[in-house]
Amino acid sequence: MRSMKTLLAAVCGASLLAIGAAGVQAKTLVYCSEGSPEGFNPAFYTSGTTFDASSRAVFNRLVEFERGTTKVIPALAESWEISEDGTEYTFHLRKGVKFHTTKEFTPTRDFNADDVIFSFMRQHSPEHPFHKVSGGTYEYYGSMSMNDLIKDVVKVDDYTVKFLLNRPEAPMIANLGMDFASIFSKEYADQMMAAGTPGVIDQLPVGTGPFQLVAYQKDAVIRYAAHPDYWAGKAAIDNLVFAITPDASVRYEKLKAGECHVMPYPNPADIEAMAKDPEVNLLQQEGLNVGYMAYNTKMAPFDNVNVRKALNMAINKQAIIDGVFQGAGKIAKNPIPPTIWSYNEAVQDDPYDPEKAKAMLEAEGVTGLKMKVWAMPVQRPYNPNARRMAELIQSDFAKVGVEAEIVSYEWGEYLKRSTDMDRDGAILLGWTGDNGDPDNFLAVLLGCDGVGKANRAQWCHQPFEDLIQKAKVVSDVDERTRLYEQAQVIFKEQAPWATIAHSVVFKPVRKEVVDFRIDPFGGHVFYGVDLK
Amino acid sequence: MFIYVLKKIGVIIPTFLGVTLVAFIFIRLLPGDPVLLMAGERGMTEERHARMMAEFGFDKPILVQYGLYLNQLAHGDFGTSIITRKPVLQEFMTLFPATVELSLCAIILAVLLGLPAGMIAAVKRGSFFDHTVMTGALTGYSMPIFWWGLLLIIFFSGILGWTPVSGRISLLYYFEPVTGLMLVDSLLSGQDGAFWSAIRHLILPTVVLATIPLAVIARQTRSAMLEVLGEDYIRTARAKGLSPIRVTGLHALRNALIPVITVVGLQVGVLFAGAILTETIFSWPGIGKWMVDSIFRRDYPSVQGGLLLIAAIVMIVNLLVDLLYALINPRIRHTE
Repeated sequence: MRSMKTLLAAVCGASLLAIGAAGVQAKTLVYCSEGSPEGFNPAFYTSGTTFDASSRAVFNRLVEFERGTTKVIPALAESWEISEDGTEYTFHLRKGVKFHTTKEFTPTRDFNADDVIFSFMRQHSPEHPFHKVSGGTYEYYGSMSMNDLIKDVVKVDDYTVKFLLNRPEAPMIANLGMDFASIFSKEYADQMMAAGTPGVIDQLPVGTGPFQLVAYQKDAVIRYAAHPDYWAGKAAIDNLVFAITPDASVRYEKLKAGECHVMPYPNPADIEAMAKDPEVNLLQQEGLNVGYMAYNTKMAPFDNVNVRKALNMAINKQAIIDGVFQGAGKIAKNPIPPTIWSYNEAVQDDPYDPEKAKAMLEAEGVTGLKMKVWAMPVQRPYNPNARRMAELIQSDFAKVGVEAEIVSYEWGEYLKRSTDMDRDGAILLGWTGDNGDPDNFLAVLLGCDGVGKANRAQWCHQPFEDLIQKAKVVSDVDERTRLYEQAQVIFKEQAPWATIAHSVVFKPVRKEVVDFRIDPFGGHVFYGVDLK
Repeated sequence: MFIYVLKKIGVIIPTFLGVTLVAFIFIRLLPGDPVLLMAGERGMTEERHARMMAEFGFDKPILVQYGLYLNQLAHGDFGTSIITRKPVLQEFMTLFPATVELSLCAIILAVLLGLPAGMIAAVKRGSFFDHTVMTGALTGYSMPIFWWGLLLIIFFSGILGWTPVSGRISLLYYFEPVTGLMLVDSLLSGQDGAFWSAIRHLILPTVVLATIPLAVIARQTRSAMLEVLGEDYIRTARAKGLSPIRVTGLHALRNALIPVITVVGLQVGVLFAGAILTETIFSWPGIGKWMVDSIFRRDYPSVQGGLLLIAAIVMIVNLLVDLLYALINPRIRHTE
């Protein structure tokens, strides 16, 4: 291993010296990542930083998302069938898939059904020998309700595995493309358990993915080498290095200096300079997110749809896009972003019309209304400055005679209090999609099950609920699209939220980087990327 | 001297116990909890929240938790991070050498520049040099570290290209850490140019971290020297015809050093605070940034363990300073 690392260092050296120069032997791509991963087992965590370093580089899933899109494509499963009643999913696994060979582990067999069952049952069953290893709290598995959904995972033969569900669930396939569903090696786990060090599989990961971990120094650097036997063909780059750089301005300086090729999360203030920089390609794409303001529809006068509509009409969204997003956003009219299938283009947004809003409030007998607007204390992809946004809304509301008081809490407290059924005020929040399925927005954020949890409007509207529940169990995409389009129309009529914006994601990459694509889920995927 | 040392250690033990309590209580007084932060916008049911809190052991009464924690500490166990699931001590020891290396370089730079600058400013009181040093010290002391760091990066790394932007060593070099001190490890690695690369990476963060201690030391040295230079024994030394260098460099400086050493000792705490920002700007993998991340994530075991270890180090350094102080000024150990 040491000799391999020395070799890698030499290779890294040669290629780094030649950043920007032609004709290098080994290609090393340096990504200035924003932080250290929490660990290398994606099933434990929910942050994109961790997924970039683990699931997206080291692991594969049964199905994955086509790079740069939300389209589900086969990965470790070559094909699958769904039973008539939608409760049995049979996956036919890819043959000849190799796991990484590392200092700790040399695989003696290819990937098979045992690895799939191990990866899911570890999260599913509290009796599984690995369930509690590394303090196992499987946040995503639990929060996606996989515990309730999956009855069992059964091996049919070495290359066929069956998922038995307790109820039909159309987004199931998309769920299996998510990071928590990454496939581990059972053989590696068994060996580590026998050696008395089961936790090693979570610290020194072995997967089937395009890159294998070589070294990690916390808060400094992560080094990967291309997996030579990768089932989809070896990556075009030989080495991948994450240079951990927490500050966005410093990341840009490193990009300019040629110390890295790709950087995430630029400062909005640097965007203009990046667009003009001849060394940099500034990629951009609408994010898979929505920023909104949720009324508490259980509390008067916000239980009145006309009051909610009137307040929506009082908000000057364009001013928010200009002032808060500095142009890097798009006005949201639907609760799902335009990049998701079933987005209803036909929906008309509430127009900005303070006069009419005022008249509507008066017609409803609402005068001298005092309310609270909750502003998040943190910057999120769907809302770069909640305080500023709240101030703009406050001033818009003042124009229609509504006095808004801005309140804020520490982030954890904010998240908790915002779910209270008797919450006082409208709350600024948002959502970034997990799996590209409309259900992941509409059911999670607006379904009756989400009341008191992620449904911050506490809105349970039966006609809407019927549509999204029906869409959950239908597997025909055209039919689901129709149902979700109708649901968006009802949402707009009922206005439980003021939909505010979808942010635009910017990704500066150096000119020599070939075919880097922005991941709609906010991740950074380097398989398929090359260097000139 | 032995009794003096014993007395000092006698003060340290209750202080250390106090720090365990403060570290334990204060992180729990902060609103929010780690489980809520993990759930994010998705939220979670009360049952799931309760189950996860129980899995981490945060459901027990706070005094019971504190008792268990003290018991753990007595066995040398600083706990396990609830985020990375690694032992806190292991995480600390991985990151601490980077902070030590940076802090040592910063304090050495601050003393090497601050001491002579303060001395010369005192001797040439009211001169152009004096005014320049004092204005510079005030500016340095008042400068926001984050702004200053970025300014240096933009100028020296971005415009002039003299220094690397951030990190501890060029990505060209890779070797297993031996001591964790990059200057030492790069020499041990035997790789051509590694040591020089480590030095180049150290320059800007050292300058940034040294700025405030440098300003404080220069001001303190100046005022201590001014006080001493007015003493009778200095006048006597001058009257005896000793050279000005001997008078200021030996007679005055030795006495002026006493308050300066105290200030240098106190700067250790300041350095740790400054390291938080400096490490963030320069992507320096030290404990400052680790502590802040742990606080934001409400990683109670890491925050408690980290605070305790840092407090222990600051106390030990202050003990050493006290001892040094007593060595330089025998009156102290005799009077206490």
